[in-house]
Amino acid sequence: MSTASTIACHECDLLYELPALPEGSVAKCSGCGAVLQRHKRDSLDRTLSWTIAGLILFVVANSFPFLALKSGGLVRETTLITGVVELYNEDMRSLAVLVFLTSILFPVVQLAGMLYLLLPLKVNRLPWWKPALVFRFIRSLQPWGMMEVFMVGILVSMVKLAKMAKVVPGIAIFSFAILIFVLAAAASSLDPHLVWNRLELDS
Amino acid sequence: MKEGFATALEKSLVSCHSCHLVCQASAVHGKGEMICPRCGSVLHQRKPHSLSRTWALVIAAFIFYIPANVLPITTVTSLGKAQSDTIMSGVIYFIHTGMWPIALVIFIASVFVPLVKLFILIYLLVSVQRKWQWRPKDRTRLYRITEAIGRWSMTDIYVVTILVALVRLGGLATIEAGPGAIFFAAVVVSTMFAAMSFDPRLIWDSMETNYE
Repeated sequence: MSTASTIACHECDLLYELPALPEGSVAKCSGCGAVLQRHKRDSLDRTLSWTIAGLILFVVANSFPFLALKSGGLVRETTLITGVVELYNEDMRSLAVLVFLTSILFPVVQLAGMLYLLLPLKVNRLPWWKPALVFRFIRSLQPWGMMEVFMVGILVSMVKLAKMAKVVPGIAIFSFAILIFVLAAAASSLDPHLVWNRLELDS
Repeated sequence: MKEGFATALEKSLVSCHSCHLVCQASAVHGKGEMICPRCGSVLHQRKPHSLSRTWALVIAAFIFYIPANVLPITTVTSLGKAQSDTIMSGVIYFIHTGMWPIALVIFIASVFVPLVKLFILIYLLVSVQRKWQWRPKDRTRLYRITEAIGRWSMTDIYVVTILVALVRLGGLATIEAGPGAIFFAAVVVSTMFAAMSFDPRLIWDSMETNYE
């Protein structure tokens, strides 16, 4: 039914017989230049550690206020979820849902899903409930987690508000800033081919 | 098999969209759907109805683009006075107050990127439908760019969310999100779906049929 090392370019459909790639090397399509496969060093270990770091930072980033506004005697602090709640109360429900999904729910589901898959694989076991479905699902969420865009949004709002009142960055903003890099590291150390092969071999 | 000289389609193979496993395409032409043995998703030779879906989403995005730019995205109420801002008036405000780097960020993310993305997609759609032979490699690269830049348009939506949350200083000032923000979010989401539903392999399919 399937041939293990045969691969078709996902952008121009050319077929290749890929040999096992040496560490750290990249296979590119000769037709269109797309990256076919990238051999990542210690992919499993590295992705797992970045994922755990990401989850810890995510909890911190969501539990503490990330910005505070001071004007006169008034101080207003805000956590990541406050904006979503305010939008929801203002009857901007669709907007609130979109922001909630892209900046909070999808990133955390992705992190939790990776942990669920990689932890058992690390000790040579198979995750107990539908690992293929879970991996497929979190891969499809990939374009919709937009925490790094949210970070740009924070910076723009800080500049925008600087004229109105004093803006004080909170603890969460620093963990948030680190989280962006941790998420990027987790995404780039993951080798999806490796995970698929492991899931297939063990099942 | 020599590498890189036949496509999966020509060899009646099909590559899974989600896990990239290459399978025999035997059942694909029949009535029943074929399921990837490794990850369980439905297999297709090409993304289903790629051109019509992408066209529909591109047109929808263009329609949303108009109210997104005409209607206010925020309304600032300060000491009883209300002022509404559209995306462009926000950009102009920043230019006037000398904060041109912020003006540039918002202009690129909210005005420039969505438009460029839509025009590139229309160009790719037309080029596939007319079977143009011009530089398939560069057109594939254009596609890759449209796929990567779309998410950055969400910046303005997040700015509105943060402002709404922060600016509620007693009776002094409040900021409310306007209807333009909803339409703008619709533009971002529909262009992202449009880029996902376009299949870059169609660019190469029309090359081969004309070469033979």
